[in-house]
Amino acid sequence: MSEVKKGKKTVLVACGTGIATSTVVSDAIEKMAKDNKIQIEIVQCKVTEVPAYESRASLLVTTTIVSKEYPFPIINARAFLTGIGLDKLKEQILAELKK
Amino acid sequence: MNHVKFDETLVIRNVEGENSSDILKHMAANLYQKGFVKESYADAVIAREKKFATGLPTKGCGVAIPHTDIEHVNQSAISVGILKEPVDFGIMGEETEKTPVKLIFMLAMHDSHSQLKMLQSLMGIFQDEEILLYLANEESEVKIKEEVSKRLNLNNVKGGE
Repeated sequence: MSEVKKGKKTVLVACGTGIATSTVVSDAIEKMAKDNKIQIEIVQCKVTEVPAYESRASLLVTTTIVSKEYPFPIINARAFLTGIGLDKLKEQILAELKK
Repeated sequence: MNHVKFDETLVIRNVEGENSSDILKHMAANLYQKGFVKESYADAVIAREKKFATGLPTKGCGVAIPHTDIEHVNQSAISVGILKEPVDFGIMGEETEKTPVKLIFMLAMHDSHSQLKMLQSLMGIFQDEEILLYLANEESEVKIKEEVSKRLNLNNVKGGE
C-alpha cells in the first residue's frame, strides 16, 4: 500500500544537473503549495532520474527537454527563471495541484 | 563554508567566439586557471550545454547560465562574461530554438541544493531589464563585479562599505 498516493501529490522538479534551476523552481512550487494550503511532496532531481519516480509522481515540472513519454503531465518551468509568462505558469501548476 | 567566490577577475568583457562552445571554453579556462574548477569542467560544461541548453530569452538582452555536475568543481564560483557580439545559445527546455545571448553567468557549483538564495537573486537579475542592460554596457569590470555582488549578496571583500 502506498501512503503517498492518497491526498498528497508527488511533484517532480527536474533540470539537467538537478542542482541549479530545479532548486529555484522547487522553492517556488513549495511556496505556492503552502500559500494554497495544498500538501505535496516535492522531489528535486536530474531529468535522467525521473523514470525512477514514474510510479509515484503526479506531475513533472522541468526546465529542460523531456524526451520520454510519462503518464503524468509535464510543465515547462522556464517562466520561473525569466519572469515572462509567470502568472500563466503558476495558474497551470496550481490547477494540476488542485486536481 | 558554501561561499561562492566572485571577483573582478571572474568578470570577462568582450568575449569573442564563433559559437557557444567557443565562449564556454574561454570562460571555463579562466575558472580553471584560478583553480576553481577541474580540467574536466570545460568539456563537461560544453557537453552539458549541448544536451541541456541554458539560454534564456530575457527582456533587455539574452542570458545563459551554463553549469555542470558538481564533481568537476573544486570551489563554488560564478563568472560573468559579456560577449562582444551576441552569440546564439539553445533555449532552455526547447528542442532546437535558439536565442541571441549577450550575458553569460557561468556557475561552478560545488554542492547541490545549497545556493537557493544566490540562485533566486540571479533570477531576479534576469527579470530586471535595466540591470541586464547596465551589465551589458558597463565598461568597468570592477563596477560590474560590485553590482553583481550586491545583487547576489556575495560579500567577498572584507571591510567593505
